[in-house]
Amino acid sequence: MLFDALFLQLGYNASLVAIGAGFLGIAAGVTGTFLYLRKQALLSDAISHATLPGVGLAFVLMALVGGSGRFLPGLLLGAALSAGIGLLCVSALTRRTRLSEDSAIGAVLSVFFGFGIVILTVIQTMSTGRQAGLESFLLGSTAGMLFNDAVVIAAGGALTLLAVLLFRRPMGLVAFDPEYAAARGFNVARIDLVIMTLALAVTVVGLKIVGLILVVAMLIIPPVAARFWSDRMEVVALLSGLFGGLSGWAGAAISATAPALPTGPIIVLVCFGLFVLSLFLAPGRGLLAALTRHLRFQRRVHLRQGLLALAQGQPIYERLTLRLLRRAGLARADGVATDEGRARAAKALRDEKRWELVRSDPDFAAAALSYDGLAGIETVLTVDQIAEIDNRIGAPREVTS
Amino acid sequence: MSVELAANMGTVPEVEALDHSPLAVRGLTVSYGQKPAVFSVDMTIQPGSMTAIIGPNGAGKSTLLKAALGIIKPLSGQVFCFGKPLAQLRDRIAYVPQRASVDWDFPTRAIDVVLMGLYRELGLLRMVRPAHRERAMACLDRVGMADFADRQIGQLSGGQQQRVFLARALAQDADLYLLDEPFAGVDAATEKAIIHVLSHLRRNGKTVVAVHHDLATVRDYFDRVFIINTRKVAEGSVETAFTEDTLQIAYGGRLATGQIDQLGLVVG
Repeated sequence: MLFDALFLQLGYNASLVAIGAGFLGIAAGVTGTFLYLRKQALLSDAISHATLPGVGLAFVLMALVGGSGRFLPGLLLGAALSAGIGLLCVSALTRRTRLSEDSAIGAVLSVFFGFGIVILTVIQTMSTGRQAGLESFLLGSTAGMLFNDAVVIAAGGALTLLAVLLFRRPMGLVAFDPEYAAARGFNVARIDLVIMTLALAVTVVGLKIVGLILVVAMLIIPPVAARFWSDRMEVVALLSGLFGGLSGWAGAAISATAPALPTGPIIVLVCFGLFVLSLFLAPGRGLLAALTRHLRFQRRVHLRQGLLALAQGQPIYERLTLRLLRRAGLARADGVATDEGRARAAKALRDEKRWELVRSDPDFAAAALSYDGLAGIETVLTVDQIAEIDNRIGAPREVTS
Repeated sequence: MSVELAANMGTVPEVEALDHSPLAVRGLTVSYGQKPAVFSVDMTIQPGSMTAIIGPNGAGKSTLLKAALGIIKPLSGQVFCFGKPLAQLRDRIAYVPQRASVDWDFPTRAIDVVLMGLYRELGLLRMVRPAHRERAMACLDRVGMADFADRQIGQLSGGQQQRVFLARALAQDADLYLLDEPFAGVDAATEKAIIHVLSHLRRNGKTVVAVHHDLATVRDYFDRVFIINTRKVAEGSVETAFTEDTLQIAYGGRLATGQIDQLGLVVG
């Protein structure tokens, strides 16, 4: 059943929704990357909540002129206009008053949302009819999605994606180093506006499928998950688009398999699943990788300390050190060094002496800088350099233990 | 209270001085709220010079630099680049910001940072080609960071980061290099590497201006100084303008006599 849904075999409507959600997810993931990197993720919450009055007013207006109040492009245009006004309010409050940005966002978000709910309530009492379903913009609804709706969503997503591709360098530069961007003649305020406008476009396009409350998740979760996998902005943006698209498509498919599964929330949950996977499994920045790295580092430190202790004939009481030495075949259970252990210990002590010289000699400043205390001296210095150091230290002495 | 010490000022006609100078500001005033951080400052950078902008903490050194570049909008004043408005010749000016101004966890590697120096040249549409990458690598090599090209920028030490930012400025191949505290919090090896690169630039006829806070090295590194304490205190060659008098004015007598002796100043 799920397999059928994933490969668009579950009927016309389900296929439309899956394709639309996939496009939306890609656009949201890629756009959201720049919002996240510019540290403006929360602003998308204000944008999405500020769409509601626009949806309501557009409905009223279209109904009054005698058209269908539920004409999707009209509703989305209204949503975009009121979200734009909301954005302007946040920026004016932040710039012209002493309000911090988060309080400005909170104020705008709640006022616009409240106003929107009032309008929706009034609409319920109007006699125009067919007003049912407007509240589906809150949490998204895909049940009655038409082919034209899907086209609007896919086209909007594709256009947004194109704009992000075009502006990726200025947006990335402003997010990373706004002062430098300004010094090179980039208009930082205008580029910020581009980022906001693109986020607004994604939000508006996503209203129908995910709903205004959850569309924020589509902008924020994919880039945060993608960040775990790469240290390059382009790769993060691509992965984020992939994650977004994948969750849109898979989420829509899963929700199509049973009547009781709402599309928007399922998409967000799939997205969250990808985030959790990334959080734990990503190499480099993932939690498991960090834990293994820490443990391996700890083991190397203990082993080195143990060898130095053996070389200098100190007793070893640290149990982890002893266990590691024993497991490596360098010491017996009672802490006495094996033959191999004695050899390795002598070398460790000698390398320590060499490093001491390297650190105190300005000629080796570069090498000393790259030394973490653990790397073998052969991996940092050349054979000639080591020979020169040994010359200065004098001949190796017998290590007695 | 401005002590005008530059010998050639006043003899060279104003227009000629402006046309000649890679960066000149006239009447620059910047204020945060009511209190001016930089007040009515004239500065004329000499071509081919190496100028240190010095002054006590909060004297407006960085602000002057940022306002000159248009990063901060000044309250009033004009900025000229070879006698023309700055906007026309912006690409001839390279800027190395203070290290603190950047997001260190940003997903970008050293090589990507240097490539940012080429963004103006690349525009919106052009792709980064191998030739661009080679140029960026060559710049990293000049600051001794070629081996670190693939490191995420936050994994580098402070000095290494500073060198990467210098490489980004080099990639632009500008005529004038403005550096904001390039030696703040860097190791000795980096300081040496940066000075080496800057002197090389100067030998090739480029102009270098740096906000500098270490008075002890002014004589070794620079040939001109611009001393500021909200207003201009002095401007000129190190020999004429970097004196006990001007420093006492700028630092308001906060420099102990011992400190001044160490600087080996011309006592005037």
